Amino acid sequence: MNAPPAVSIQASHALGAAFIFKKALISALVALVLFSLMIGVRTEAGPTGQLIYWTRFGDLAAMVATVFGGSIVVELLRQWWGPVGTIRVVPTNVKSALALARRGIAPVLLIFTFLVPVIFYDQRYILDLGILVLTYVMLGWGLNVVVGLAGLLDLGYVAFYAVGAYSYALLATNFGLSFWICLPLAGILAALWGVMLGFPVLRLRGDYLAIVTLAFGEIIRLVIINWQSLTGGPNGVSGIPRPTMFGIPLTPGDDGLAAKLGIEFSPTHRIVFLFYLILALALLTNWVTIRLRRLPIGRAWEALREDEVACRALGINTTTTKLTAFATGAMFGGFAGAFFATRQGFISPESFTFQESALVLAIVVLGGMGSQLGVALAALAMIGGFELFRGLEQYRMLVFGIAMVLLMIWRPRGLIGHRAPTVFLERSQAISSDLVKEGHG
Amino acid sequence: MSGDHILSVDRLSMRFGGIVAVNDLSFGAERRKITALIGPNGAGKTTVFNCITGFYKPTSGTMQLTHDDGRAIRLERLNDFRISKQAKVARTFQNIRLFPGMTALENLMVAQHNALMRASGLTFLGLIGAPSWRSAEQHAIDLARTWLERVGLVDRADEAAGNLPYGDQRRLEIARAMCTEPALLCLDEPAAGLNARESASLSELLLSIRAGQGTSILLIEHDMSVVMEISDHVVVMDYGVKIAEGTPQQVRDDPKVIAAYLGTDEEEAIAVMESGT
Amino acid sequence: MDYFAQQLINGLVLGSVYGLIAIGYTMVYGIVGMINFAHGDIFMIGGFIALISFLILVSFGLTAIPLILLIVLLVSMAITALYGWTVERIAYRPLRHSFRLAPMLSAIGMSFVLTNYSQIAQGARVKPVPPIIRGGYTLHEGASGFVVQLSNVQIVVVIATIVLLALFTWLVARTRLGRDMRACEQDQTMAALLGVDVDRTISMTFVIGAALAAVAGMMYLLYYGQVDFNMGFVAGIKAFTAAVLGGIGSLPGAMLGGLAIGLIETMWSAYFSVEYKDVAAFSILIIVLIFLPTGLLGRPEVEKV
Repeated sequence: MNAPPAVSIQASHALGAAFIFKKALISALVALVLFSLMIGVRTEAGPTGQLIYWTRFGDLAAMVATVFGGSIVVELLRQWWGPVGTIRVVPTNVKSALALARRGIAPVLLIFTFLVPVIFYDQRYILDLGILVLTYVMLGWGLNVVVGLAGLLDLGYVAFYAVGAYSYALLATNFGLSFWICLPLAGILAALWGVMLGFPVLRLRGDYLAIVTLAFGEIIRLVIINWQSLTGGPNGVSGIPRPTMFGIPLTPGDDGLAAKLGIEFSPTHRIVFLFYLILALALLTNWVTIRLRRLPIGRAWEALREDEVACRALGINTTTTKLTAFATGAMFGGFAGAFFATRQGFISPESFTFQESALVLAIVVLGGMGSQLGVALAALAMIGGFELFRGLEQYRMLVFGIAMVLLMIWRPRGLIGHRAPTVFLERSQAISSDLVKEGHG
Repeated sequence: MSGDHILSVDRLSMRFGGIVAVNDLSFGAERRKITALIGPNGAGKTTVFNCITGFYKPTSGTMQLTHDDGRAIRLERLNDFRISKQAKVARTFQNIRLFPGMTALENLMVAQHNALMRASGLTFLGLIGAPSWRSAEQHAIDLARTWLERVGLVDRADEAAGNLPYGDQRRLEIARAMCTEPALLCLDEPAAGLNARESASLSELLLSIRAGQGTSILLIEHDMSVVMEISDHVVVMDYGVKIAEGTPQQVRDDPKVIAAYLGTDEEEAIAVMESGT
Repeated sequence: MDYFAQQLINGLVLGSVYGLIAIGYTMVYGIVGMINFAHGDIFMIGGFIALISFLILVSFGLTAIPLILLIVLLVSMAITALYGWTVERIAYRPLRHSFRLAPMLSAIGMSFVLTNYSQIAQGARVKPVPPIIRGGYTLHEGASGFVVQLSNVQIVVVIATIVLLALFTWLVARTRLGRDMRACEQDQTMAALLGVDVDRTISMTFVIGAALAAVAGMMYLLYYGQVDFNMGFVAGIKAFTAAVLGGIGSLPGAMLGGLAIGLIETMWSAYFSVEYKDVAAFSILIIVLIFLPTGLLGRPEVEKV
């Protein structure tokens, strides 16, 4: 291979400048048309109720200029980075260092997570954020069973989260059952709902299944909103009991944990307890999933994702296999829901919208379908990133949406692009995600 | 029909809308023998396979599978995965259908799903890591290893199936089918895309399966060298009907078969043959 | 009976709006095989642009309602079509040959972007407009005093739907573009080899889908007299439901599905409960799919083994 002559490089650069300019100009023009009415004009109901409008040409000009500038920057970056799809040769020593880092990251992350309440004991905000991230890690791991392993696209996962949350909330407020009795019940009820939905619809393929699960999620939410006598409707359920440490309440009273241990009461105790509770639940989910992957049922899920026809030819009952995946994922969703209810003390249908399902699905896909570590990292990145933009209140979802688009373009197969085999003869070799299918169901 | 038939297909017909893919087809596959189903492209061979293995429900006709112990199963009454699970009929596909993102070993483990499901106590025993499950799993790995050795892939056991060369994938698919411990093995063009050396080793493998496991084999094949070398019985189809059957020698000399392949009418084919001899 | 007739009219009008949105879903699905989650929001944008251009035209002193409507329709279709084009270009094209879930997630992200963009640009409050097309006809006056009415708005909505549908069917069945679209639907690689500009064809699919969604948005504005930034999601899901119900990929199916969803929703509200109308629509979707897994007019998927 000879290096191309220097002249042609310069020529292409000169061409590049004109090209970039032209492209940016077109982008700016498109932006001008797109934003002309939506940003250039602002409508609002006036004092008499009639709509009035005023123009905002300054904002419009600023937006168009931003697009123009942004387009140039993007083009320059793209030229500098090289064409999309270029395979970058990574030196072997860097590669092995990366592999080492990858192996080390999970234990380090786990130890750090265990220490979070110790390190950040005084910072309630960090603890709350940690609990939130762990809740999504758990939801991500739960959905990962359905989407990542079995390859079934579930757009209504939040339904099971809602079933779990309302199961605990209603059982606890109406019958006074304790959290530790309700937790398994919530999981079982969610799994039952999973089976009930799954049984008729799991023979649907691909996007039909996706839309039915989405519809199911909406149905559950709408029923919760409208069945006011049971669920309190849009007002939700309040006064949900806080969890006890196996019967010992975390309250300042004489029978509280602090009094029993003879230490001073602090409201942080409860937060720390909740932190370790969700950590335990998440780790349980992880342990069960890893274990299941090495059992015939887990292998059948993955085989189903790879090739359903071949599964049938090998005598695998695809319907029950899908159902178990659905029920297992739903059960974990139910656990997470029960935890959510006890942590919040108040739940309402607003917490169980499609956006929630989309967020959890984004975590699973961004994590690299099927990868437990990837899902955890993605949850951390997504929820953490989401928190960073808390100050921007109304721009938050906008940024979140843009991030989702960009992340998908950047890494369509997610952060961790390898599949670890579940069994090996000589040595375990990671399988490139290019070979791994993502299912049709 | 005479002889000990493991599979008896009787008056099988399959229609797709107005198209008759298989018309009133009857044949048998003998126990512990290799039966070949041949015919020009579009003759309906794969459709017959899909009926036998439960992917299609035949429009009419019966297919009876008789096990060694005399237990008879009507295949047209079973569907889907039950053909493999209960009737013990395994198959491979014309356009290889492995699990490309799983290793060769994992592919063979998936094939033992039903046995392993029982051993894992429907997952619960496996989840707690019961000793009975551990030994069953080890047994399954050993069986998989045996088959990987038989097809010469033991060195590549831990590689992704999708990464294997074409010929290896073909053999792996046969090994996977054999891991279901079938009574009847149905192979859809196992030699397609193989070179002469690979074809020869395939023939050897099939003969050793017949001799070793005593598995009856039904295969669709275009590679006449394989068909002639290993088949005990050949059934020839054209346009959905059986036009001839017999030993490889008989079929090869049948003018109707030659006509079907050469696309000429019968008299011409006879003329061609006579001029050849 | 009169009550039923009135509900039938209302249901068909609502169904026309759903049908127009559903066509966009079905076309995109047919050609690139993805659920364009942002399509509901494109419909919402169409409604907003119709509203804003209407306000501007009125404030310029234009009084001839038909002329205003025509200009609003054209402006809304043009700008919304550009939105459709841009969304495809930014969020979907880079993922064209990627894994199945990536474009879907990208589409969900794009849907969030569009929803929040409108909210930020135009505020969160519902935008009401006074009835633009007034009057109507009394079809039948029952003995009980119940009057079956057909308003002019309803007539406009139905006629606009029929005209655009006819135009569009002609486009797909008779023009070069339509042929290219059908070719890409069958086999993109082969179409490209035969000289079809696949990128352009896919772009045009999004453009046409968005233009029809803009019409739906404008009809919604005329019929309900309001728009808001959040209306895209629910309308989008229902229109997608309609597309699936009709058999995704089938254009007549999308329209049929739209009418079916419109009727179910209206009838359920009229005879049972308004609160559970969406539950009814979604439940019927699930029930239909259980018995007809590829929808009403969808071609059954022949499994290649």
